[in-house]
Amino acid sequence: MSKRRFGGDEVAHIITFLFAALIIAVTIGLVWQLWLHSAAARQKFGFSFLASKLWNPVTDEFGAVPFIYGTIITSFLALLISVPLGVGAAIYLSELAPTKVSNILTFLIELLAAVPSVIFGLLAIFTLIPLMRDYIEPFLKNVLGFLPLFSGRAYGIGYLTAAAILGVMTFPFIISVSREALMAVPREQREAALALGATRWESTFDAVLPFARLGIIGSVFLALARALGETMAVTMVIGNDPSVHASLFAPGYTIAAVIANEFSEATGDVYLASLVELGLVLFALTIVINGLAQMMIVLTTRKGSRKG
Amino acid sequence: MKKLFAAGLTVLGTAVLAIPAVAADTINGAGATFPAPIYQKWFEEYKASHPSVQINYQPIGSGGGIAQLQKGTVDFGASDMPMTDDQIKQTPVKPLHFPTVMGAVVLSYNIPGVTAKLKFSPEAIAGMYLGTIQKWSDAKIKADNPGVNLPDKEIEIVHRSDGSGTTFVFVDYLSKVSPEWKSKVGANTSVAWPVGLGGKGNDGVEGLIKQTPNSIGYVELIYAVNNKMAFADVKNAAGKFVTPSFESVTAAAANSKEMPPDFRVSITNAPGAGSYPISTFTWLLVPSEIKDAAKKKDITDFLAWMLTTGQNDAQGLSYAPLPKAVVSRVQAQIKMVK
Amino acid sequence: MSKGTSFRNRRRHAVNNVMLTVCGLCALLTVSTLFVVLGFLVYNGISSVNIDFFTRLPLAPGQEGGGMANAIVGSAMIVVVATVIGLPVGFFAGIYLAEFGGKTFAFLVRYTADLLNGIPSIVIGIFAWTVIVVPMHHFSALAGSVALSLMLIPIVARNTEQFLLEVPVAMREGSLALGATKWRTIASVIVPAARKGIMTGMILGVARISGETAPLLFTALNNQFWSTGVSEPTASLPVMIFTHAVAPYDDWHRQAWAAGLVLLTLVLVANILARTVISRGASLPR
Repeated sequence: MSKRRFGGDEVAHIITFLFAALIIAVTIGLVWQLWLHSAAARQKFGFSFLASKLWNPVTDEFGAVPFIYGTIITSFLALLISVPLGVGAAIYLSELAPTKVSNILTFLIELLAAVPSVIFGLLAIFTLIPLMRDYIEPFLKNVLGFLPLFSGRAYGIGYLTAAAILGVMTFPFIISVSREALMAVPREQREAALALGATRWESTFDAVLPFARLGIIGSVFLALARALGETMAVTMVIGNDPSVHASLFAPGYTIAAVIANEFSEATGDVYLASLVELGLVLFALTIVINGLAQMMIVLTTRKGSRKG
Repeated sequence: MKKLFAAGLTVLGTAVLAIPAVAADTINGAGATFPAPIYQKWFEEYKASHPSVQINYQPIGSGGGIAQLQKGTVDFGASDMPMTDDQIKQTPVKPLHFPTVMGAVVLSYNIPGVTAKLKFSPEAIAGMYLGTIQKWSDAKIKADNPGVNLPDKEIEIVHRSDGSGTTFVFVDYLSKVSPEWKSKVGANTSVAWPVGLGGKGNDGVEGLIKQTPNSIGYVELIYAVNNKMAFADVKNAAGKFVTPSFESVTAAAANSKEMPPDFRVSITNAPGAGSYPISTFTWLLVPSEIKDAAKKKDITDFLAWMLTTGQNDAQGLSYAPLPKAVVSRVQAQIKMVK
Repeated sequence: MSKGTSFRNRRRHAVNNVMLTVCGLCALLTVSTLFVVLGFLVYNGISSVNIDFFTRLPLAPGQEGGGMANAIVGSAMIVVVATVIGLPVGFFAGIYLAEFGGKTFAFLVRYTADLLNGIPSIVIGIFAWTVIVVPMHHFSALAGSVALSLMLIPIVARNTEQFLLEVPVAMREGSLALGATKWRTIASVIVPAARKGIMTGMILGVARISGETAPLLFTALNNQFWSTGVSEPTASLPVMIFTHAVAPYDDWHRQAWAAGLVLLTLVLVANILARTVISRGASLPR
């Protein structure tokens, strides 16, 4: 009798253990495959792959710089758009709105996170690109055209448009995590500030925000990690140009977009391996940023290890 | 609860998995977007008359067709650029080139306010794509288009972002007519473009042209026609401005050098007054050895159909059918598929 | 002196009002994005969501009409297979983490699951290509499903773990006190108690993967006809939206909008149902 019971628990333990171990095995397998299939490029270029601006399938010379540049530029610009708006919205939702309203609006924001990337891309092609090309970019060019950032032809397709759509896609991450970070700040902080005669804004800005700082920064890293890996919406509006341009109006490329576009057409080992190596670079980038994000979020939100 | 959930999932899963009970052999091919409109029409027609054979063709670009053929993930490839000797060496099973139709790579443009048909010389085209000619009002363009009110706007160049046989045909032509292009950029399915936006596939390029004012790009004739976009006459080797059409493509093929036995030939910049200078054959790349007997029969049957019935569809879609002399030689090659 | 103070006070109150309004506007702007997206999809797509769309196959370019029946069925097939693979793995791994895990190994599993969750979907597509497409010499729905299941597993695992851990200790102890074994306790007491949260996470996970495009680009590829099985290239709704949106044909654009509307409706409905009806206030995964 007791032997049978012991057997049942053992079996359950083993089965669940195997499935859990599968996760580790698959992830190791993934890294291993990325390493393996990028061998041809790593052997040929070594570390100069990360420093080279050249992407030339004719001469089999490949470099990662245009894609790393494009990935970082579009992601940072996206954050420039979504962080102020997102933190502002989070402040409203956690401090100022009545609970019911806050819950409904938060619910709606979380629905925004569920919208597939390709749908954002669809919208970007037919609504954002004309908007950029006909109104926003010419406006920026008129006002700020003396800066190299805003010079050159305004196609409506390029870094700026990609950054804009990425910004919209990252709203939900900034908002929901920041809101929780703000809500995790003890009530006493606010009450103390208000008792001392602070306005609602002052209480928020001076007493609450500093405590939620880490969580908010965590949300920014989270959003950054998502933006770096975002593929479809960016591919549809970035312009597919593997070079580095100073102007934000110019077409460019990101790591995810070049893999999406060129992977099935890469003839020859070095070409394919270069694309896989780009995937490896992106993978490394997102691990680091995600790791930082997790750390900060764990440190401030109410519930311990919440997966972001 | 868990059991119910699992049971429901199993039922749904079985139902969905049972749906593809379509009793058809599936042949998978991938490659050039250049001939995709006629290939997809062919495969639709072929399926209608041969319901048990379903040929799925995915237009992912000539580079893709060659790459996937090399990796063995497709049953056949398609390309507007003949495979190089190196590429053939890297393919496990030696591929045979089967020409299917001929077509024209045209310069499609979108200039608001300009309704006249523009004429371009080789120097103008090379200049635009090298970035040395930057505005529509440039003297070189105006010289060939007297009387057309060309705006003083910047030319938005569009090219391919993917590995493309159409690109190859275009830059092969540019390399022949412009020494500067040849030395600076060269010819392949994918090149380092000096300027421009990249579109994916002939579709993507035409899509960009349509949406971007003052733009120009190179696409297969049918893409410009289907989308009612303007396309230009180009000056050929004999100095005449020729309109792209199946007639001028046929003339280019007729005036070109003799077709070699393996059918790999370039007919760009062909001599002759009526030749359109940016013309090309396009090929199906079929392995010379197909182990699966049923697949082999399906593919060879299709090739035979393509060379006879299929050719009738070409003109309607602005492609040129294969010259009769070539057809009989290609039919002979079908026997080489073991 | 009182003049100075009241000026400062007035300014403080002005700043207060301005900033509160700004924050309110931020919230309005960000929330309205959802409605802007829906609005455009409905406006451009609703007239094309007709019986043809659901029942006809796509036509060769240049011909008007046709539909995306094969893509709808294809997506369903790919997602179902991905769910069949991924759900059990995630579920049982989650049970392990909550109930059996030793300190270090459980930490490793959690860390890896979070890692897997954060990997860009295009990189997962590369992995599926190397381990399924290349050895099989075939693009296939299966490869696409495997890629999607890799995205589903960490979501389901962490979510399951979270809700199992929330079950009150009293329930576990009560069951054990009555003489049930650990696994009986898990199966008959703990999991049923946590089922709402677990199911919510599963539904949200499945909704998420059904909208993914990148991992399918070079695994399931695409198909102009009905797919003839899991080991064949298969059309899917997200990939169709992509190819049709970047093409030049107006007819294809129309269909892309319709497909987008259908896809988004399905995803949103799943999300809304899961978050309101099923979970009823449980705190939810992102």
